[in-house]
Amino acid sequence: MARDIRPAAMPPPLTVTGPVAWVRQNLFSSPLNGFLTLLGAWIAYEVLANVVNWAFLNATWQGEDGSACTREGAGACWPFVQAKFGQFMYGRYPDGERWRVDLTYALAIAGLAPLLIPRVPGKLWAAIYLAGIFPLIAVVLLLGDVPGLSYVPTQLWGGLLVTLVVSSAGIAWAFPIGIILALGRRSQMPIVRMVSVGFIEFVRGVPLITVLFMASVMLPLFLPENVSIDKLLRALIMVALFSAAYLAEVIRGGLQAIPRGQFEAADALGLSYAQKMGLIILPQALKLVIPGIVNTFIGLFKDTSLVLIIGIFDLLGIVQLGLADQKWISPATPITGYVFAGIVFWIFCFSISRYSQMIERRLAAGGQRTTTKPLGE
Amino acid sequence: MIRLVPTAIATAGALIAMTAGAVAQSKTLDAVKQRGQLSCGVNVGLAGFSAADDKGNWTGLDVDYCKAIAAAVLGDAKKVKYVPTTTKERFTALQSGELDVLARNTTWTIQRDSAQGLSFVGVNYYDGQGFIVKKAAGAKTGKDLGGATVCVQTGTTTELNLADFFKASKLQYKPLVFEKADEALRAYQADRCDAYTTDVSGLYSVRLQMAKPDDHLVLPDVISKEPLGPAVRQGDSQWFTIVRWVHFALLNAEELGVTQANVDQMAASTNADIKRLLGKQDEFGKGLGLDNEWAYRIIKQVGNYGDIFDRNVGAGSRIKIDRGLNRLWTKGGLQYAPPIR
Repeated sequence: MARDIRPAAMPPPLTVTGPVAWVRQNLFSSPLNGFLTLLGAWIAYEVLANVVNWAFLNATWQGEDGSACTREGAGACWPFVQAKFGQFMYGRYPDGERWRVDLTYALAIAGLAPLLIPRVPGKLWAAIYLAGIFPLIAVVLLLGDVPGLSYVPTQLWGGLLVTLVVSSAGIAWAFPIGIILALGRRSQMPIVRMVSVGFIEFVRGVPLITVLFMASVMLPLFLPENVSIDKLLRALIMVALFSAAYLAEVIRGGLQAIPRGQFEAADALGLSYAQKMGLIILPQALKLVIPGIVNTFIGLFKDTSLVLIIGIFDLLGIVQLGLADQKWISPATPITGYVFAGIVFWIFCFSISRYSQMIERRLAAGGQRTTTKPLGE
Repeated sequence: MIRLVPTAIATAGALIAMTAGAVAQSKTLDAVKQRGQLSCGVNVGLAGFSAADDKGNWTGLDVDYCKAIAAAVLGDAKKVKYVPTTTKERFTALQSGELDVLARNTTWTIQRDSAQGLSFVGVNYYDGQGFIVKKAAGAKTGKDLGGATVCVQTGTTTELNLADFFKASKLQYKPLVFEKADEALRAYQADRCDAYTTDVSGLYSVRLQMAKPDDHLVLPDVISKEPLGPAVRQGDSQWFTIVRWVHFALLNAEELGVTQANVDQMAASTNADIKRLLGKQDEFGKGLGLDNEWAYRIIKQVGNYGDIFDRNVGAGSRIKIDRGLNRLWTKGGLQYAPPIR
């Protein structure tokens, strides 16, 4: 008799498949690993529990002033952020005029979208709009002093608005200046080269805080009385020049990485200097140094906080100003304010960094084909 | 607190500024009137003295001095351009003409009054170093601090004053020094020391940062002199006189019982001193280059010194600083103004 009943297929033992096996293999493969896993989990739990307690469970959600946040073991003081949120975003920009800031943001996004998102068409027009038209519109909108728009002096600007204005204008100016300086430093013409090297080395040898301080304090002493350049504008120029010097060195690194053959090939084609750089060299060089460029920009974004030293309130400065308001003094207020500023800075810097990685992958697509199939073999 | 290095930098700035200032003998008053705005340097954020409220308006004791000057000179306390200045840039901002007056909790010293080209008009807040202690420890005055551990920031005059005080009192103490004021404060909060010391105006804000403010006590002792006051550029005596008498008018008004609330009833008073203050008798405004209602407007729009003190740092505020040395001379304090006569 042949048995035709097949034994039912047993599932594989739990020890080799499924989540249990995964845990065994990856987390508890040896006594040491098991110990480290437990230790790690314990540390993560302790930290997370404290953060959750502070930000949510022990936090204060409602209150009229700092006394609501004054108690033993008080967590975050969120009513403070709520009360000051408008100031954190716009500084002391008049309430009724804040739509102008929002409109400026919207116009900037409208111009940036085609340039930043590969699928959106109209790149050339967007570039012309952003480089030529948008800055004018932004200045008129934000500053006013034209029929229909009241004058809002930069004294009243603050918070995230100032952080964004300083960093975006800094980036927009630093990039072209940085390219020119980088090319100048590699130039054959002695005067151009010396000026570029001199500028770059001077700026790199001086802390930004000193440069800002000079712009704020010393400059007015040298100018004739009644002639004053707007404080924010002074800071803007200094931040832009400062970043340009750092950027120039980053770009020079990219230029040096381009093989000589590329230069010679461009020359052999009879291209002019501008064509050679614009069409052959710079596109390759800039692609190579995207991480460095983004690094400089993120650094610039965070360095904007230094403008507080000359009495301009960026995001961090305006948070600190809020901390001085006696209405909100409490044990929890300072930490809450700084955590809020930290989160906002992190959101922006992290977005810039993720975006740059996306661009890097796209631009690297051409290079990957050659690297996966080496020629030598 | 005076730090040595910034002082040296500021002095260098002042030397340059003085040469620049000598050329420009412009009348600040005319400039202010022409501009229609008073450019007033304030702190970038100091509780009770200069801070922005929830609506973004500047408030504080120093800010109210800006308002009082604007009310006297321009007729409207709102016509002030507040210029937030940091410790390092405040003097050069004044010397370069960016500011008309500096009302920024600045200590009046001979060096600033002479070499740095400033003229202090008076003292709008007598500050000085004090102590905060835990009530449970039982200390009531500085003399009870014998054997105490005191948290203090290093490298400032605070540390030296502390040593002098205990030496003069012939008491033992143990200083616990920290690089930053925040660290010293946290050590006090963590019970590492019995007392924390800094300027009294700061101690009251510090108290509010405690989990239980009522468990802490600011001792009445003031062991150093930190007279804070508004300052103007040297070389414009008319402007100096105006700002100085704005300060005196605030004090005289309190002494005469003229407050923001009752100034209009007081205008009908028959008391000659009040009539002179409010411009109903004689013409003292003319001597200042102002009209005769200058003091009336200050009190109507801003209040007298007591109003300003109470609202910003005193009983009417959350900080609740004891008037102490800042009481009028008639009430045992130091605030004294020459008469308007």
